[in-house]
Amino acid sequence: MTMTQIPLVDYLVLGDKPHLTANECTSCGARFFDRRNACAACFAEEFKTVAIQNEGIVRAFTIVTFAAPGVPVPFVAAVIDCGGTSVRANVINVEATPEKVSLGMKVRLATYSLGTDDHGTEAIGFGYEPA
Amino acid sequence: MATDDIYILGINMTKFGKYPDKDTVDLAAEAVIAALKDGQVTMKDMGVMAAGCLMGQGGIGQMIQKQVGQTGIPVYNVSNACATGATALRTVIMAIKAGECDMGLAVGVEKLAGVGLLGASPASKSAGKEWKPSGRYGSVQNVDGLIGTANMPGTFAQVGMEYGHKYGGATFELFAKISEKNHAHSTLNPLAAYNKRMTLDEIMNDIMIAYPNTRPMCSANCDGAAAAVLVSGTKLKTLSLEQQRRAVKVSASVLTSDPYQEACQILPDVNTLTKIAAKQAYEQAGVSPSDLNLVELHDCFATAELVHYDNLMLCEEGGAVDFFNSGATWRDGKTPVNVSGGLESKGHPIAATGIANVWEVCHHLRGEAGPRQIEGAKVGLAHVIGLGSACGIHILEKSAL
Ligand SMILES: [Zn+2]
Repeated sequence: MTMTQIPLVDYLVLGDKPHLTANECTSCGARFFDRRNACAACFAEEFKTVAIQNEGIVRAFTIVTFAAPGVPVPFVAAVIDCGGTSVRANVINVEATPEKVSLGMKVRLATYSLGTDDHGTEAIGFGYEPA
Repeated sequence: MATDDIYILGINMTKFGKYPDKDTVDLAAEAVIAALKDGQVTMKDMGVMAAGCLMGQGGIGQMIQKQVGQTGIPVYNVSNACATGATALRTVIMAIKAGECDMGLAVGVEKLAGVGLLGASPASKSAGKEWKPSGRYGSVQNVDGLIGTANMPGTFAQVGMEYGHKYGGATFELFAKISEKNHAHSTLNPLAAYNKRMTLDEIMNDIMIAYPNTRPMCSANCDGAAAAVLVSGTKLKTLSLEQQRRAVKVSASVLTSDPYQEACQILPDVNTLTKIAAKQAYEQAGVSPSDLNLVELHDCFATAELVHYDNLMLCEEGGAVDFFNSGATWRDGKTPVNVSGGLESKGHPIAATGIANVWEVCHHLRGEAGPRQIEGAKVGLAHVIGLGSACGIHILEKSAL
């Protein structure tokens, strides 16, 4: 039996070179991670799938120490600027302290296991780690 | 008074705090009855009503009418996140401007005491059983905490940090100092949920919620209501001199939503729509930011207050840190901001907030603010923002009489 994997969200592409994709408006180039009925920027209805670069910088972050039940804290929530496309993600593989995370910090995409379900499928999450 | 102007004739806010023995309808009714008395009118004079209660079920307006007077007038139940109160006001203003009636009532109420963290969703309970994609992102489990955060303290923390990334100087200590100011201001406001002055050390060493926002830097969940009676300039002319003298002119009433911006899909953009609303409001009112004697702005978190100095053009672009450090926004400064204590200490019963901040400004313009009166206040601005997003701005002016 081969172990199958499933991404946490459908815009995370697994495989040899894990990366994020976006739905890009073919008319104006606006990018969206969720499916869109029409473009929020220009109202066009055609989209194509594009890859997001894996390297970026931290443009904003917070260290969440108080969250809803079942959400492990602390974690670093951030906005990553990946070559002009903003990505919401956690900063991972780093101590969650203001001393270790900084604005403008260089990061790159990293994936990790979220566990295996009863059918043997492993869910894979992503975050950005210091580069 | 020009005939097409709109005025606030009567306005009231309840004390904000905990009301275990009163429900939302009780609180709203209390504010409505007091606002009508303040304007020396009755429900019989109202031609329209707009009401909001974000966390309640539908039909809050009709439920309130049953306690204050059922006259058959149209009711608009509105919902616009933290801008719900401002939306109720704006709805009544639009009805009067459209000539449908000459007087109307706006009310907002919320019971939030002890509600806890807003915007947070608990981790999926079924995690580990079967990974199954669902929703617009095809996510196999709740992503809050795995893909950043959508909770309010974390979201607004990033809003402040992003400003710091762009312009520098936005340190934990700076944000805490903003909170120190608002808590100091609250000591003069008997209607605030919390009136305790806090030192910078106390604020910085309190429980961290989402860095750099500690607990006292977050808006206080509490119960409360606020209501306002609006009147046309034409109608006001027929009322008593006393009513005309206390009436406050609504020089600008603006509501915006967020236009598309690259990153707004990722982190709510509270800046662009506020900037647009501010520009429209200053143009409508024919006043400039330097004319403002006081500002009540949406400090849902200390990190948010900083960016709105800039968004409301109270300072030069990128100059919010220096502006705050100059002391300008303390009550004895050039542009006093949140002399009520702000949402961090006055409290934030969501749907009431967008009318309560207008009440605060009116209170000063009428010269009735007692020990916290900003002397000689003639023009003030009230701002709210609801995530999603909606921004409401009202500019208010003292009666010329
Ligand atoms: Zn487009």
